[in-house]
Amino acid sequence: MSRAGLTLERVAIRHGTRKLVEIDTHVGPGETLTVMGPSGSGKSTLLSFLIGSLDPSFAAQGRVLLDGTDITETSPEYRRIGILLQDDLLFPHLSVGENLAFGLDTTRLPRARRREQIEHALDDIGLSGFANRDPATLSGGQKARIALMRMLLSEPKALLLDEPFSRLDAQRRAQIRELVFERARAKGLPVLLVTHDREDAIAAGGRVHSLD
Amino acid sequence: MLVPVLAGLLGTLGPAFGYLPALGGTALTLDPFRDLANTPGIGRASLLSLTTGFAATGLSLFIVALICAAWSGTRAFRAIERALSPLLAVPHAAAAFGLAFLIAPSGWMARIVSPWLSGWVRPPDLLVLQDPFGISLTAGLVVKEIPFLLLMTLAALSQIRADQTRRISNALGYAPVTGWFKTVFPLVYGQIRLPIYAVLAFSMTVIDVALILGPTTPPPLAVQILKWMNDPDLSMRFLASAGAVWQLALVVLALLCWRTLEWLAARIGRAWVRAGSRGGATGALKAASLLAAILVAAAIVFGLLGLLIWSVAGFWSFPNALPDSFTARTWMRHATGLWPAITETLLIAAIATAVALFLTLACLEAEERHGIKPSTRALLLLYLPLIVPQIAFLSGLQTLAIFTGLDAGRTSVIFVHIIFVLPYVFLSLGDPFRSWDMRYGLVARALGASPDGVLWRVRLPILLRPILTAAAVGFAVSVGQFLPTLLAGAGRVQTLTTEAVALASGGDRRVIAVYALTQTGAAFLPFAIAIFVPAILWRNRRGLRHV
Repeated sequence: MSRAGLTLERVAIRHGTRKLVEIDTHVGPGETLTVMGPSGSGKSTLLSFLIGSLDPSFAAQGRVLLDGTDITETSPEYRRIGILLQDDLLFPHLSVGENLAFGLDTTRLPRARRREQIEHALDDIGLSGFANRDPATLSGGQKARIALMRMLLSEPKALLLDEPFSRLDAQRRAQIRELVFERARAKGLPVLLVTHDREDAIAAGGRVHSLD
Repeated sequence: MLVPVLAGLLGTLGPAFGYLPALGGTALTLDPFRDLANTPGIGRASLLSLTTGFAATGLSLFIVALICAAWSGTRAFRAIERALSPLLAVPHAAAAFGLAFLIAPSGWMARIVSPWLSGWVRPPDLLVLQDPFGISLTAGLVVKEIPFLLLMTLAALSQIRADQTRRISNALGYAPVTGWFKTVFPLVYGQIRLPIYAVLAFSMTVIDVALILGPTTPPPLAVQILKWMNDPDLSMRFLASAGAVWQLALVVLALLCWRTLEWLAARIGRAWVRAGSRGGATGALKAASLLAAILVAAAIVFGLLGLLIWSVAGFWSFPNALPDSFTARTWMRHATGLWPAITETLLIAAIATAVALFLTLACLEAEERHGIKPSTRALLLLYLPLIVPQIAFLSGLQTLAIFTGLDAGRTSVIFVHIIFVLPYVFLSLGDPFRSWDMRYGLVARALGASPDGVLWRVRLPILLRPILTAAAVGFAVSVGQFLPTLLAGAGRVQTLTTEAVALASGGDRRVIAVYALTQTGAAFLPFAIAIFVPAILWRNRRGLRHV
């Protein structure tokens, strides 16, 4: 059975004898699933499992499928799952343009074409001419947009969001949230959002899965 | 790390019990030890090793603790922190020479008070330098060990939330210094125990500083052993090995003693904490510790300044505080002799540091990829070459090398330097490497970078500054090595340090100053690189300013 989207097949993660997460679901293209729960409920553990960086002290069962392909054992760099975390995590040693270029597949495109793509991506998020800027000099909202664009340039097939809006002020927050969901829908990406903020869940508009 | 140390110890133990087939020693015997016991002055030499070790370690620890107790968290403390790495980089020999030129009867201090205050018109006949009690030797060691212990203490303080603890004890009515000793010090001590043991072992067995500042009749034990080793009569090796084993036994004894003192101090300290006295005298303690810190820094800074003036001094008669004339003649005359020593020093240090850095990064990266947690035992292994006295295992390594036909030369010097450089590189890079924000790696992986790609394209560039600093520390350690260079190179590999120390007995201050300053320069160079390269490379990267 080959279903487009992100499938979590009878996933169960435990730490010692304690059961942390139990989830069995499917997120279709363009759909958003919000996983809610208080801190310590295993939200981030679930994300680590999905991107393939779960600490060996946890034991995980079940399978993860992306567009029907089993990626449970795949290395993080081949999973094609994009993540946005609480902090923008722009690489501090690279310029804005170089950060975006990190997301591009470097071998496939000639240099001029790559630069063109980056310029275009910057235009797209309203930051034209920012390619040579130091990321540390940008505002919070600008950094968040660059981080989003960097992730999108790596052409992921699914999106994981770990409270990516929690560090932004109220006004930016609504803006960035809108931008992220709009892009994900436009590209038809399945999105998994973990948050403890009910407002995020409402804005995401999809199903809500609660952990406790 | 374990293999060369153990092999060296075995190479020392064999001849100590008379076993060295190449020299006709095939039977196990206690004769070498009998000879050792009958050597005149051996008791005094051993005692000297113990007293300098304990005095230098105790005094350094006391001053470091007092400085931290009185000043940590203040602006003055940050100034002390900044002054630390350059002070640490000054090689032992150069600092010792500087101190010698300050405190000698004809040194700067005597000159400045003469004749208007002291009435001296010629150098007083006082045995200040190389005094029989090893006081100037102890002073020289304290000056260099305080920066080292302070650095280790700072690293420990950052791990135990010292500031919060201090605020709580202050709120409970404890005076700052008393509160610090009662609440923070016990935690810090546990973390800096191994560096303290290293300082104790080093102070007991140091050679280059002892040759410059230590007493001569008899010299401290380690210096005596070196003399026997370099004796043209090869049968003296038995005696030398016995001496090295005896030195090792003394160090073990001293460490056990120190451990007992720790236990005692803990009992007394506990009672003191339970008594609940709030303490006071904060002002006096603050002043005293700041004075000590300034004295230490001044001893090094003015020592170097003194070296600088001697190196360009023309005629300089006694009570004058400055030379009558300045000249570049000493520098010019020794330029041709300096160059080979400079290139040799830099070459050895560069290769030893590069290898140590590579091994360190490989270890740390493997630790992380395979989820290995470093244990206390692994840390002990790292400290082993710093705690086992150099003379005890290097002399054995040399004996092994000579009689197995391995050629002593630059390669073996580099190899032995790595043994001492590696621990320092590892210790200074470990914390910054491990505390790096792992999520950068996570994001990079999700963007399609392989584990190696993350290391080369993200982690190493972000950690450039700490990596270069660690390399600079390693480089300075290599530049300063005296005994390893001498023994592994069989006296044929001449670095700035071996040359400078060899000049000590000659007493030509101008030449000594030239070599000691060049040695300091060689140790400083990589620190300058570690500061300027990231500053230039990352001049437009504000996010990396505090990495």
